Amino acid sequence: MVGRLRSFPDVLLSVENISLSFGGVNALTDISFDIAKGEVRAIIGPNGAGKSSMLNCINGFYHPQHGAITYKGVRRDQMKPHEAAEQGIARTFQNIALFRGMSTLDNIMTGRNLRMKTGLLWQALHIGPARREEIEHRKAVERIIEFLEIQHIRKAPVGTLPYGLQKRVELGRALAAGPELLLLDEPMAGMNIEEKQDMCRFILDVNDEFGTTICLIEHDMSVVMDISDRVVVLDYGRKIGDGTPDEIKKNEAVIAAYLGVGH
Amino acid sequence: MLGPFLETLIGGLLTGVLYSLVALGFVLIFKASGVFNFAQGAMVLFAALTVARLTDEIDGKALGLEHFVIAAAILGAALALIAWYAWREYVARGSGPDQRRKLALLAAGGALIGGVVAFAYGKGAWPLWLALAATASIMGLLAYAIERLVLRHLVNQEGIILFMATLGIANFLDGFGQTLWGSDIYTINLGLPKNPIFLFEEVFPGGLLVDPAELFAAGIAAVLVIVLAVFFQKTRVGRALRAVADDHAAAQSVGIPLNTIWLIVWTVAGLVALAAGVIWGAKLGVQFSISLIALKALPVLILGGFTSVPGAIIGGLIIGAGEKLSEIFLAPILVQAFDLAGGGIENWFAYMLALVFLLFRPQGLFGERIIERV
Repeated sequence: MVGRLRSFPDVLLSVENISLSFGGVNALTDISFDIAKGEVRAIIGPNGAGKSSMLNCINGFYHPQHGAITYKGVRRDQMKPHEAAEQGIARTFQNIALFRGMSTLDNIMTGRNLRMKTGLLWQALHIGPARREEIEHRKAVERIIEFLEIQHIRKAPVGTLPYGLQKRVELGRALAAGPELLLLDEPMAGMNIEEKQDMCRFILDVNDEFGTTICLIEHDMSVVMDISDRVVVLDYGRKIGDGTPDEIKKNEAVIAAYLGVGH
Repeated sequence: MLGPFLETLIGGLLTGVLYSLVALGFVLIFKASGVFNFAQGAMVLFAALTVARLTDEIDGKALGLEHFVIAAAILGAALALIAWYAWREYVARGSGPDQRRKLALLAAGGALIGGVVAFAYGKGAWPLWLALAATASIMGLLAYAIERLVLRHLVNQEGIILFMATLGIANFLDGFGQTLWGSDIYTINLGLPKNPIFLFEEVFPGGLLVDPAELFAAGIAAVLVIVLAVFFQKTRVGRALRAVADDHAAAQSVGIPLNTIWLIVWTVAGLVALAAGVIWGAKLGVQFSISLIALKALPVLILGGFTSVPGAIIGGLIIGAGEKLSEIFLAPILVQAFDLAGGGIENWFAYMLALVFLLFRPQGLFGERIIERV
């Protein structure tokens, strides 16, 4: 099976004419595309194409010089990362960004950070509402740990875990926030076939069961073609293709970018 | 021989506690933002000067009314700020017009309370508790100003640039403190017993001499360490703080606002500076040289590790005890062996110890292991 033929009527996020440059280097030039509610959207392209920059614009790490992003119907020029998180955008990073000194459990608990409301004093004393809240969040986190099959490393400091498991913990932390839009930057980089299959399964399960919209960057073409509904292709900071996996496979500009053009 | 040794050791350890207090301020900021805050010493001086001047009654030079109006305004603004944060903690996030009105009311109320309290004491020197509360508020405001005016604009800059910025803050505070409060030497009277205590008089001839002010300082330091440990380990803010220390980008991506965390850390460091300043001030008098004890905190940090709260405490104790013991016991040996003039070991001993540590254990006793990946 190639691609998953589903239809998505509502647009969750749309990017309009985004341009981003660092000094004289243009990272992104006039990029527009949209992400529909409930779909799995892939961003692909050769190294240095601007894929990660694109994700960084969406969750507010970078502020593009031109263009705007409309999320849930609200158009904005700039947003801070923690505001993006508050509005339901969670993400993982290309070079795993975990809190290395903390345990798996604590790492995933930080994902619940925004949902905790009790005051400092209660928490310090660890009684009353703070205790109830902590237990409630622990339950949610335990469900995620079970879902990702990482019960055995619950208490392990994440710095000591193998790479594949760290990627999984990072996904867990993003899921803990209960996001509407999940941005995954190369979730399968550096994994073996078995780990990749597991990760694919988790991503599809998240998408199916929770209806979470997913936007991922990935280099493994077979994975991308299998799990995504639509694909956008970047090269040298420009968009060169946008469509279903089948359309992308036939797109000549994409083929040229990946295989080079004959002279 | 044992008697004088123990006496020197105790004296050294108690002085060490004061080094620890200063070092603690450094560690807090370094942990949460990776910045070596050179201004910590200046913050200690600034806090001590403020407390001293507000409680001052020497030579009939009590402050004029206009100073109290200014101080009242500062106190009120700080109260309002605290109320604002308490309110934000209490109510769900977001700021509608309704909340803004309540906020304005709170601010006005805070300013009013501050003003009334200040005027009630406006004629003379403030009692110590009021001066401490006012200074604590001022340290909070200072943290806010530093975050708003300096740090916010330097996110993602190199460590050396942030360090230079704190150097600037240090110089500004040194000068501004004197502009506000004058450059005389002041005293802070904590009302502690002046007479030394003698311990174990039946065991050692003459007993062991202990300064009660230093004992008090040790008590304060212990309380601070316990409170900070609970704060870091048990609360949501503590978890967020550790997260920021580990990875800025990841922390932001889970919705931790860097700016707020920095504000909290600098405020806490300001309060630690206040504690250190008051105790140093009570012991030695408040003068410009307090700002330089920041330099004594450096070897303490190298010894204990830049990221460890217990490290700052134990490092301070080792340095304090080490330099006193070396002064009393090492100096005579050096004098005899090399026919030196002797003395002054106290001034360089700490740095020599730090140098040795840098050679053999650069992460310090409790610091995180430094692993470089190439």
